[in-house]
Amino acid sequence: MNPMKLIFLTAAILPLASTVFALDGQFGIHDPATVTQCDGKYYTYGTGGNPLVSDDGWTWRRGVTPARTGAAPDVIHIGDRYFMYISGVTMISSKTLDPNSPDYKWEDGGSIAGYESPDDFINPIDPGAFLDPTSGRLWLTYGSYVGYIRLVELDPKTGKRLHPDERPTNIGINLEATDMIYHDGWYYLLGTHGSCCAGAASGYNIRVGRSRKITGPFLDNMGVDMLEGGGKLLIGSGDRLIGAGHFGLLNLGDAAAQKFSMHWEADLDRGGASVLDIRPLLWIDGWPVAGENMKEGTYEIESVRTGTALELAVEGVPVGGARARGGFGGRGGRGGLGGTNSFAGRGGFGGTNGFAGRGGFGDAGGTNAVAGRGAGGGGRGLFGGTGALVPPQDVKQVSTNWPAGNIDVRMANYLVQAQQKWTVTTVTNAGGYPGSPYFKITVAGTDRALAATADGELVSLPAFTGEPEQLWRLDQLTDGTWRVMPKSAPNSKEQVAISAIGSSSATLAKFNPDSDRQRWLFKKP
Amino acid sequence: MIKSRNILISALALLVASLCCQEAAAQRGAGRGTTAPPTLRAPDSPQKAPDAEGFLQRWLILEPINIGNQQTENSSKAAVKVEYFPSQLTVMPHDWDKVTVGSQELTWHAEDTVNYNVNLYIFANALNKSPAEALFWAVTVVNCPQDMPNVRLAIGSNASSVWWLNGQEVACVYGDRQTVVDDGVSKRLTLKKGPNVLRCAVINGSGATDFCARFLDEEGKPLKGFTLSVGDVAK
Repeated sequence: MNPMKLIFLTAAILPLASTVFALDGQFGIHDPATVTQCDGKYYTYGTGGNPLVSDDGWTWRRGVTPARTGAAPDVIHIGDRYFMYISGVTMISSKTLDPNSPDYKWEDGGSIAGYESPDDFINPIDPGAFLDPTSGRLWLTYGSYVGYIRLVELDPKTGKRLHPDERPTNIGINLEATDMIYHDGWYYLLGTHGSCCAGAASGYNIRVGRSRKITGPFLDNMGVDMLEGGGKLLIGSGDRLIGAGHFGLLNLGDAAAQKFSMHWEADLDRGGASVLDIRPLLWIDGWPVAGENMKEGTYEIESVRTGTALELAVEGVPVGGARARGGFGGRGGRGGLGGTNSFAGRGGFGGTNGFAGRGGFGDAGGTNAVAGRGAGGGGRGLFGGTGALVPPQDVKQVSTNWPAGNIDVRMANYLVQAQQKWTVTTVTNAGGYPGSPYFKITVAGTDRALAATADGELVSLPAFTGEPEQLWRLDQLTDGTWRVMPKSAPNSKEQVAISAIGSSSATLAKFNPDSDRQRWLFKKP
Repeated sequence: MIKSRNILISALALLVASLCCQEAAAQRGAGRGTTAPPTLRAPDSPQKAPDAEGFLQRWLILEPINIGNQQTENSSKAAVKVEYFPSQLTVMPHDWDKVTVGSQELTWHAEDTVNYNVNLYIFANALNKSPAEALFWAVTVVNCPQDMPNVRLAIGSNASSVWWLNGQEVACVYGDRQTVVDDGVSKRLTLKKGPNVLRCAVINGSGATDFCARFLDEEGKPLKGFTLSVGDVAK
């Protein structure tokens, strides 16, 4: 076992305050198992058995320690059992992860993998379980920097080694915390490179290679075999978070909005503590890429389908105010006539707002001379602008013309106007969903809030009051666009999302992953 | 002989009927100005189904009302609230009915468009009327064999337009715009069994002006299974 990991076996979990860019509640953990759902709750377990549980995947609290603890467990739900694989590698299983259920009872599954011989060059830690969706076969990866990453097949009925006498397959080197996923005809081996357990000095980063066969070879995007140290970066350090490790794909049954769990070695907003995170998983050119959870800010919300943007149904005012369109500026005067082999002078430029007077005549030139220029008309012309910075539109000014009560929401060409800019703000104590809190969406600079209506449409209310139909779930989809769903819609039992049904109209409709109607861009305004 | 005579009489009757229709069409064409609009034709049947893409192709259209430049959203909203003639939001006119707007006598024309859209520019010019700075009223009757719930009206227009179904405003688009299929889409509606009156006001500034309309079902597909007419609304 990696000696550094021993430090965390008995480490206390610090209670963690919630902030905007992280999970909420208590989410300190190291080497988390894949976040797994059981009866509507989310569970994970870390090194030392540190258990976390959440009702919504956003706000976490301490859970119940399982029957066996160890380093870097992984959990997988197959049929009516939850199998937990623990570094070593051993296994325990239970019919439920809910300690309040009468079915909660961990049963010993024994040793699954380890040293194949007394001098086997292997560190059998960090197991990762994978159920192949194409065949129903169950597999386990394990290993660390000492020796290889190995692959063995398990019996999906028992969770135990299917062929105990078969030699494992070596599939990677110089990584740990591996797991596998399947996508579109490829098997992807994800693992963590770099140094662990050094706080903000941790070099941990998650990398990936892929193969058409589950037994490899797994090559990265440059064709380097993961048996030779290859791996395309999935996610590394950034923002205030250092040391990404221990990938696990959540099984949410939502192919359009995939999410993965992981940990950060050091969250700088939490004193450098090791914390759980849940991020969107994108797919770009056949490779998984780490997405982002929504961040607070002001955005243009643009339909991928129509290219038009959400706005209040009010008359817009051009930024800078309505200006009379000027006519074409007048032509400048004729330059004087040149003499022999000379050039005539150039006329001047026309003025603004109507026809300017003509410039005068330039002087005549003599032989081989250039004639003088005609006088200019002055002004900037129709396309010349004002010559000064045009400030952003002041919403306080233009909103005086808006109705006071509810205002319909529609879509239109984006013209950087006040009624087209939306501020996304987290709402505290309103719950969330895996990786993210619920947000309110308000017209920037106002409290006018986007809401779902009882008849499945959209409206803007004069002020945010916190009702569920005013709370929004923003999931990044696998192509990087966003799905926007109300926490709940009045009179609706099904989950609906904002849907562009015409160039100028948006509604709420059941999410269709095959359509671009419900995909949105959140763009800098 | 009698049989041959009957056949001859039938053939002559058919010929006369055909000539009458052509004469009627020619009269319409003549009444419109120097040439019949190329994309608009007089209806030749009592009912018309929407086209393959669901577009509504039968309308009664009033000759344009000059309203000046009303291109902004607020001025367009105000323009459709003006009463240009009595009962303009409830009237069910007939072909060649006349109304007086200001000092002008304007005529309703029953038209079938051969395209997905109704070209008001061509309509007006064929009548030697100006389509610029104008408001056009159009109305049709949507006849449904049964209630059709959870449908939406999808419209496009150049430029602003406001739409009413059975007297309720259900859709609108404003501003200087081109006609785009399914530009504005209403909230979910129910077309009731029997006749449903669909009315629109289209406001043009200058240049081209036209509109298109269809209904979409719950899946967003063009709605079929109904017909259009421009006769009396059945009671």
